[in-house]
Amino acid sequence: MSSTHVDLSKRHSETPCFSAEKLAEAQKLMSLYPEGKHKSALIRILHMAEEEFGGWLSIETMDYVAGIVNIEPIEVYEVASFYTMFNLDPVGNYVFEVCRTGPCMLVGSDNIISYIENKLDIKVGETTKDGMFTLKTAECLGACGYAPMLQCGKKYHEHLTNEKVDELIAAYRSGELPK
Amino acid sequence: MARKLLLEHDSVPGIETFEVYRKHGGYRSVEKALKKMSPQEVVEEVQKSGLRGRGGAGFPTGMKWSFLAKPEGVPRYLLCNADESEPGTFKDRYLMEKLPHLLIEGMIVSSYALGANLSYIYIRGEYMWILDILEKAIDEAYAKGFLGKNILGSGFDLDLRVAPGGGAYICGEETALIESLEGKRGNPRMKPPFPAVKGLWGCPTVVNNVETLMAVVPIINEGGDEYAKIGVGKSTGTKLISAGGNLARPGVYELEMGLSVEEFIYGDDWCRGIANGKKLKACVPGGSSVPILPAHLVTKTAAGEDRLMTYESLADGGFATGSMLGSGGFIVFDEDQCIVRNTWNFARFYAHESCGQCSPCREGTGWMEKVLNRLEHGQGNLRDIDLLEEINKKIEGNTICPLGDAAAWPVAAAIRHFREEFEWHVSHREESQTRNYGLLKESLVG
Amino acid sequence: MVKVTIDDIQIEVEDGTSILNAARLIGGEVVPPAMCYYSKLPGTGGKCRTCLVEVAAGSEKDPRPMPKLVASCSTPVQDGMIVKNKTSEKVHTNRGAVVEFLLINHPLDCPVCDQAGECHLQDLGFEHGSEGTRYEEERRTFDPIDIGNKIKLHMNRCILCYRCVHVANQLTDKRVHGVLNRGEHTEISTYIEAAVENDFSGNMIDVCPVGALTDKTFRFKSRVWFLKPMEASCECTKCSGKTVVWMFGNEIYRVTARKDKYGEVEDQDGKAGWICNECRFEKKDPAQWNIIGPRTINRHSVISQGKYSAARANSQKKIENE
Repeated sequence: MSSTHVDLSKRHSETPCFSAEKLAEAQKLMSLYPEGKHKSALIRILHMAEEEFGGWLSIETMDYVAGIVNIEPIEVYEVASFYTMFNLDPVGNYVFEVCRTGPCMLVGSDNIISYIENKLDIKVGETTKDGMFTLKTAECLGACGYAPMLQCGKKYHEHLTNEKVDELIAAYRSGELPK
Repeated sequence: MARKLLLEHDSVPGIETFEVYRKHGGYRSVEKALKKMSPQEVVEEVQKSGLRGRGGAGFPTGMKWSFLAKPEGVPRYLLCNADESEPGTFKDRYLMEKLPHLLIEGMIVSSYALGANLSYIYIRGEYMWILDILEKAIDEAYAKGFLGKNILGSGFDLDLRVAPGGGAYICGEETALIESLEGKRGNPRMKPPFPAVKGLWGCPTVVNNVETLMAVVPIINEGGDEYAKIGVGKSTGTKLISAGGNLARPGVYELEMGLSVEEFIYGDDWCRGIANGKKLKACVPGGSSVPILPAHLVTKTAAGEDRLMTYESLADGGFATGSMLGSGGFIVFDEDQCIVRNTWNFARFYAHESCGQCSPCREGTGWMEKVLNRLEHGQGNLRDIDLLEEINKKIEGNTICPLGDAAAWPVAAAIRHFREEFEWHVSHREESQTRNYGLLKESLVG
Repeated sequence: MVKVTIDDIQIEVEDGTSILNAARLIGGEVVPPAMCYYSKLPGTGGKCRTCLVEVAAGSEKDPRPMPKLVASCSTPVQDGMIVKNKTSEKVHTNRGAVVEFLLINHPLDCPVCDQAGECHLQDLGFEHGSEGTRYEEERRTFDPIDIGNKIKLHMNRCILCYRCVHVANQLTDKRVHGVLNRGEHTEISTYIEAAVENDFSGNMIDVCPVGALTDKTFRFKSRVWFLKPMEASCECTKCSGKTVVWMFGNEIYRVTARKDKYGEVEDQDGKAGWICNECRFEKKDPAQWNIIGPRTINRHSVISQGKYSAARANSQKKIENE
């Protein structure tokens, strides 16, 4: 086992920059905290940044957020690398996060994971060649009664079967389902 | 059918909107508390109700509130713990999705009782779509004068905000939650000082679970004494149970404390037995961190009494033959399930979720996961089983926060009740990869 | 003032004193070892779980024992508290467990580690560890990263005490390294391989209890026990200039702060005697120093003559008894 360090080749070509509207939103989020406590908005602004800049947080994105929140970049790296929702490597357009914890496993999440692996011809952690899908596993997402399940963006897809996975992939490919 | 206090109107169309919620009796407790009661009287009602924390620890809510320090000129905060992450638990999600205004109502009354003028709902980041539901409801409550300045002319001000996490089970621990809310890594703090003295931004803070804060609403509406009449002994009121695993009808149920476990698993109004006509092998009644019970100890205690859905009855027999109500994450295993595999799965979860601050948890959870991984995959030895017991004894009680215990207990209980199955994995390395001990040992199945 | 009893020795200390600091006021063997707490760095402590002690009575008012062992570094004493450290079997067992946990993924590369001889993990292992290992899994390793030409980061040896992060927060104007990832993948890093450069960053080396942060200007030059530590001083505009220079013959091999018996920097002129990078890394010419005289070595160190002879005397006694 070895830890992976940031691959410096994986960088955004341009410096990320929020639109005026998004920047105002970020400022508003910081204003929801008492004076001097605006760092509290960091996690939410990171979610925003991830959504805005390709579904992942590059060094440039994190440095940019550090500037907005007015903290040192290392403070952003520390936080971003702690929480599992932040992707520190590029991902596909759609990220499937399949829950693999106990209650989901009891009703077949392992089979769903291998079915998706075969169907998309990728392993967990990989992205399809066309850049469309990334497959990840997640720990308990709070859908144990509606298992097996996967999360994609904000959306939970529950009671999964192989057929449902087929439909889901087709729907995302055709653009029927929003990102 | 049992009495419902929180889920009374969950199936009413549009109940997530202010109008419909209000039409069904919503926000009455705010009117009552803010107009007719002093904050102290609200605290007293909650104390009388016997309400215990619904997040898992079961600590009396009124007592927790009474510990809150009240230094002059220092703000106090109420935080709602909506970081629901304990495997097997999904009730808070259901409650917030369906009844966002019930949470807001509970938070207004509770904030009033505690003297908090700024409160936060900390919600796990994966529930981002529920955050949208909550913020919409909060906007409505502001528009209707239930949040903001001088609520209902009472002179009480309250601002309510939602803050998301970023994906970390540990942020359900209250000091980790506070750290995360402050925009930091979710590392639990050293205690003392406790949040009641030094919490959010160093100020006195109370952290309560979603269901706990919602339960304050019926307590104020009907009175603490009325609430306390429901249930058995020190387990008062109703409890939301998240039922999952191999059940015929999994889902979220609200039950009066004291319902028998037998009725809950097999009753027509409840889970309707094990899925696909199979038999019960084991049950984890309170979320992944509580001890697993083999079939014969699920519906009956070791003394042969009916096991009830209460804090006390589920714990009857201690860790030797009992378990805990915990968060109410009720996970059921059918006869085909492999206990070793599940134990490894849970161990992997805790290793994945350890914050990594303190050495016993950081190193111990990873170690247990690796040993269990080997055992499950036919690479184990008999001495590994004893080693696991020793590792978890060395973690338990020695860590900064309870995650260490939560990681240790399931392993200890699985070995306690299913040691033969672990040994079978060692003696039948090949076979254990394709077949399950439970299938071979009919006697284990109740 | 409050009265506290530690291992049957009573002492009166100021309100709010931690159990560990109360024990340090008594001194000797009642002092719990600490791998992460560092009194000169507010905010440290609680993490390594080495200093856990048993509280047999919480206080005069509430004499119930505490159900779990508590971190002596971060638990304040109460009036009438009774603490058991070396007299508690539970404490002893836990310390053995902590050593085992800290060593399962440690590379045990002491023969080539510059910290050997003054390593607190070595000392802890020596006192509380057991022979052999029960760890059969692959050890965790981290890719090496470069944090500049003065300090060597050897993450595989790190026990995650967080002291170096507090040094950066409290002594330097801009922190560029920190704690990344979580669980057993937690590591100290700069994430982007930035150089840790600041007038006081070298103090990270002095606070590191193990060989995770070492002095590149001293790397592989000599084993510490072959060197002669001498108290020295110089005129310095950035720091007190009061240091220990480690000499071999007439050559200075390395420069460190003056440390007390707990491995913490001593106060100089009324404040913590951190030293600047110029004194530490640049001044290796004896002509730059006023060399005062030999330095007494702290009790914790294996290189301490007293410790060594005490241990030898003990084993001698054992042999004689057999």
